[in-house]
Amino acid sequence: MQRQLRAWMPQIALLPSLILMTVTVYGFIGFSVLLSLTGSKMMPNFGKWVGFLQYERVWANPRWEVAVQNFAIFATLYIGASLLVGLVLAILLDQRIRAEGVLRTVYLYPMALSFIVTGVAWQWILSPDLGLERAMHIWGWENFRFDWIKSDKMAIYCVVIAGVWQASGFVMATFLAALRGINPEIISAAKIDGAGGLSVYRFVVLPALRPAFLTAIVVQGHLAIKSYDLVVALTKGGPGYATELPSTFMYAFTFTRNEMAMGAASAVMMLALVSALIVPYLYSELRHAR
Amino acid sequence: MNKLLCGVAFAAILTTGVRADDVEVLHWWTSGGEAAAVQVLKGDLESKSVGWVDMAVAGGGGEAAMTTLRARVTAGDPPTAAQMLGMDVRQWAEEGLLGNLDAVATAEGWDAVVPPAVQAFGKYDGHWVAAPVNMHRPHWVWANAKLFADNGLSMPSNWDEFFAAADKLKEAGVIPVAMGGQPWQEATAWEAVILSISPELYQKAIIEADAEALASPEIAQSFDIMRKLRGYVDDNFAGRDWNLATQMVIKGEAGMQIMGDWAKGEISAAGLTPGVDILCDVVPGTQGSFLFNTDFFAMFDVGDDKTAAQQSLASSVMSPVFQETFNLTKGSIPARTDVPGDKFDACAQKSMADLAEATDAGHLYGSLAHGHGQPAAIQRAYLDVVTQHFNSDMSSADAQAALIDAVAAAKM
Repeated sequence: MQRQLRAWMPQIALLPSLILMTVTVYGFIGFSVLLSLTGSKMMPNFGKWVGFLQYERVWANPRWEVAVQNFAIFATLYIGASLLVGLVLAILLDQRIRAEGVLRTVYLYPMALSFIVTGVAWQWILSPDLGLERAMHIWGWENFRFDWIKSDKMAIYCVVIAGVWQASGFVMATFLAALRGINPEIISAAKIDGAGGLSVYRFVVLPALRPAFLTAIVVQGHLAIKSYDLVVALTKGGPGYATELPSTFMYAFTFTRNEMAMGAASAVMMLALVSALIVPYLYSELRHAR
Repeated sequence: MNKLLCGVAFAAILTTGVRADDVEVLHWWTSGGEAAAVQVLKGDLESKSVGWVDMAVAGGGGEAAMTTLRARVTAGDPPTAAQMLGMDVRQWAEEGLLGNLDAVATAEGWDAVVPPAVQAFGKYDGHWVAAPVNMHRPHWVWANAKLFADNGLSMPSNWDEFFAAADKLKEAGVIPVAMGGQPWQEATAWEAVILSISPELYQKAIIEADAEALASPEIAQSFDIMRKLRGYVDDNFAGRDWNLATQMVIKGEAGMQIMGDWAKGEISAAGLTPGVDILCDVVPGTQGSFLFNTDFFAMFDVGDDKTAAQQSLASSVMSPVFQETFNLTKGSIPARTDVPGDKFDACAQKSMADLAEATDAGHLYGSLAHGHGQPAAIQRAYLDVVTQHFNSDMSSADAQAALIDAVAAAKM
């Protein structure tokens, strides 16, 4: 009896969290999927099934079109630029420079801020009548113009700037750790073989950073999909709805427009996006583990 | 979804301890004057030995409060009453969740003192379900009196005069029109433009969302006027709050603003007198018509033991004393038409007179931008197009086509 109990102990100990996870994560994913197939308006209504109508309505909505386009722009540039900036910073910091500890902290610090704080601060910096443009005017550059945040075509790039500022430090830390993990003897060997500085990085260091790239892309990728607070604090989705993202679309339709089922449909679309990113990652990770 | 669930859990914790003779009231009146007016209501109820359990949810013009309300109702525990706008009252009533106020309404004769257009929202299926507090009028032009006097201008009575005045202000080196850049603010201007073209167009294209009216050339004309208006607004308007735009007029940085009568709160707070230091008149071309938005206390169906307290609350909300006190601070006019106007400022008195006139002429309509024209889904479809047009270089024809599509899609 006691032996049996002991054998089952791990399972019993894990059970509460397993149940909690099943209900709060997978249960509500299922709930959202069901909801998206109904005609729910203000409150959930499971009496009226409409098939995939809500998905059609989401895809026919010009606001969703803008949200998807913005997501493509934002995700590509946000992930790409934060990887690039993070990598360059990490390589520079890896040159055994003085005061590395201080600099590392400085670059990592934005990570400690919430997106709301980042958003508000950058809203001030980017606002022409308050921030950068005004400062330049005061300092004498009367013709300086930087009003992207007020332009419906450029505002999404402001979201990218603020996002990259926040995320680069984290990417830098990831790469720095990976760089430090590379066996110095390999680099020495490459140098003995006659490789110059650039080709060492191109053919030895960068390939060794592959796992770090994967980590950074997945972490930044899911942040990009769920980023909501940054847009809300920075532009409130404006000008007009020029900086709408799938997440702000979902919130608006579920909670302010009484289109709960449409909101659920857009949430399921977002889940599909996340899966498209995470599933290949899990697949490759698990394959490595074997 | 997460937000909703948090709200449910949070609300469940909050609600313990409401007694049968207490009323629990969800509202978003948290700013200075409004909060003071809520205290008046609270005091009045306490004199009838009804306790007040305050549930103020600030933020987003009631958006946060509506999210909380949904969580409470989903959890099967609605508050006694909740502040909401007309279309929301109607939608909650359609869900069958509101109580019945007929007893107190009949005893106090609400039918005789509340304008029929407001009754249309306060009543559902012939029964009173919500008590109206005020009537705001969103289609005002506020103008800096000193700038107008210095430039020899008077309040415009049609769009030609309006744009002529704007040109003069531009020459004088000030921003002619202060605008805030949020969809509801742009829609506040657009609905006034529609009303200025003709009240019948407002009735057809907005209240009835009639596809034929939306396809008429007048709609393209309304977008033309919006485009012209955009030319007199400074380039930094995107994302600006309405009160900052009002401040621009107060400080003389800008000449005029199109905004509802809640702007008077900012004007009074700056120590100026509405109608004297800051001129007020209705948006050019909308004379004789009246758009309104009303704050209601919708009464939920909370069970028989709490009905007495709920009826007391409704009675207090409808008392002429509260309606006067509250509306003096809020900038609106009372929802009861029998409250004397002598304590109100010149703009509010004009509102009262215009209300009577518009009611007689049948030109009293709910405001689209402020939740009295269409249910949220359709209303936001209008707002999407108006804001997109105003914030880009979209042509009037494209905007009209987008509007027709958006409204049709939202009706599905």
